[in-house]
Amino acid sequence: MDKWKPGASIGALKRRAQMMASIRHFFSRRSVLEVDVPLLSSSTVTDINIESISAKVGGSKGYLQTSPEYFMKRLLASGSGDIYSMSKAFRDGEVGSKHNPEFTMLEWYRCGWDEHQLIDEVIDLISSVISAAENVTIDITKISYIDCFVHHLGFDPQDADLDRLQEIAAGLASESWSEETRENCLDLIFSLKVEPQLPLGIAIIYDYPECQSALAQFGVNNAGQKVSRRFEVFLNRMEVGNGYLELTDADEQRSRFNRDCINREKSKKSPVNIDIKLLAALEAGLPSCAGVAIGVDRLLMSEAESNSIDEVVSFSWLRC
Amino acid sequence: MANYSTNEFRSGLKVMLDGDPCSILENEFVKPGKGQAFNRVKLRNLKTARVLEKTFKSGESLEGADVMDTDMQYLYTDGDFWYFMEPDTYEQHQANENAVGDALQWLSEQDTCIVTLYNGSPLSVTPPNHVELEIVETDPGLRGDTAQGGSKPARLVTGAVVKVPLFLDQGDMVKVDTRTGEYQGRVK
Repeated sequence: MDKWKPGASIGALKRRAQMMASIRHFFSRRSVLEVDVPLLSSSTVTDINIESISAKVGGSKGYLQTSPEYFMKRLLASGSGDIYSMSKAFRDGEVGSKHNPEFTMLEWYRCGWDEHQLIDEVIDLISSVISAAENVTIDITKISYIDCFVHHLGFDPQDADLDRLQEIAAGLASESWSEETRENCLDLIFSLKVEPQLPLGIAIIYDYPECQSALAQFGVNNAGQKVSRRFEVFLNRMEVGNGYLELTDADEQRSRFNRDCINREKSKKSPVNIDIKLLAALEAGLPSCAGVAIGVDRLLMSEAESNSIDEVVSFSWLRC
Repeated sequence: MANYSTNEFRSGLKVMLDGDPCSILENEFVKPGKGQAFNRVKLRNLKTARVLEKTFKSGESLEGADVMDTDMQYLYTDGDFWYFMEPDTYEQHQANENAVGDALQWLSEQDTCIVTLYNGSPLSVTPPNHVELEIVETDPGLRGDTAQGGSKPARLVTGAVVKVPLFLDQGDMVKVDTRTGEYQGRVK
């Protein structure tokens, strides 16, 4: 491999330019404002499964942002109305055929919408920016996380004992999973057993288990179970996005941040200071909104039926 | 031996898994949604040659295996062991039948093989990709029948049986691909 050369063909680079232009066109027609928020900040996410890349800024520590979320929420709380950002995001340690430490993230927020309205817009966006062969329509499936589990694995993940989930996870992976948390066991089982069986086309999974809430609000499903109002977007069985009915309660947000910090310490991850400016914005009042982040590189991979992110970005990390 | 973390797993890296030396074939980084990252790893158990798939949490590590592939010259067999020599040091190693395995049927004295050493002793033997061997037994050749396709079994001097074209005869030398066991051509 000639490492000085780009991984993407010139044709793939043109496709990227076209897709980014049609995404901008999509939002411009719908009067969603593009915002250009900082990639470098003095604080970062506390999420235990995301590592930020740190930088030195003058004499103090900064972080490359893992998503534009916090800045965008500060804009929403300042009265921006509907906004989107399409820019780079950075995550340490994520290198693989579908991961690059620097990647292109499209994120947007719709004020006054719930996650199901946003799901419909996500489907519209993907259908309109992915170029499909003529007369081919993209299949669309919407299914709740629980129904998906029951359908493919025959049991309800909310009711299953932790012991049972650990046993299944250990059987699928290795012995070290037999002491994992409920959240991690479910993720593993979903990735290894459900994902490969998802329908082709666009598949939306909604109503995630309570333990997988991240920054989503809680809700109650039709069966009366407590769920998180979060959804994931899959395109041809590849995960391309994640969205929420956003948490707007500053106290709940603070307690989730604090819990993250304790978990980071327990698992010996680098300590992170809580973003107090985001909390101040929530206290001032984040309008009720739904938000979603989509990996643009993944859309390009799926469209090109490529198995390597290196083929859709100019220079992936292994060429930098 | 050093420990290797999942982010150092590369194709060809030799690690210990459940007490056996393994060679890593593939390592796929997976990160579900907001979840914990893990690595799906394909490995070949170097003792049994079986391929297995394991999923590790990212950051988990495995002990490196003291496994080395070394070019060695095959010397001779005394019936119980097969003897190989490192060309640089003249150091000799004896491999048992288990280690020699399928390579047995291709081994000619003085051929250079890859001997995989585990903790200093031969674990497996890989014959050269191509060998040239004499036919010691086959049906009489049909001279002139070079265009017809068709093939017949032939026993080679090392014991291997390969399919060869009909025109070949006992005493002819043939070139064989040891990875597929297929006839490649006649050697003049």
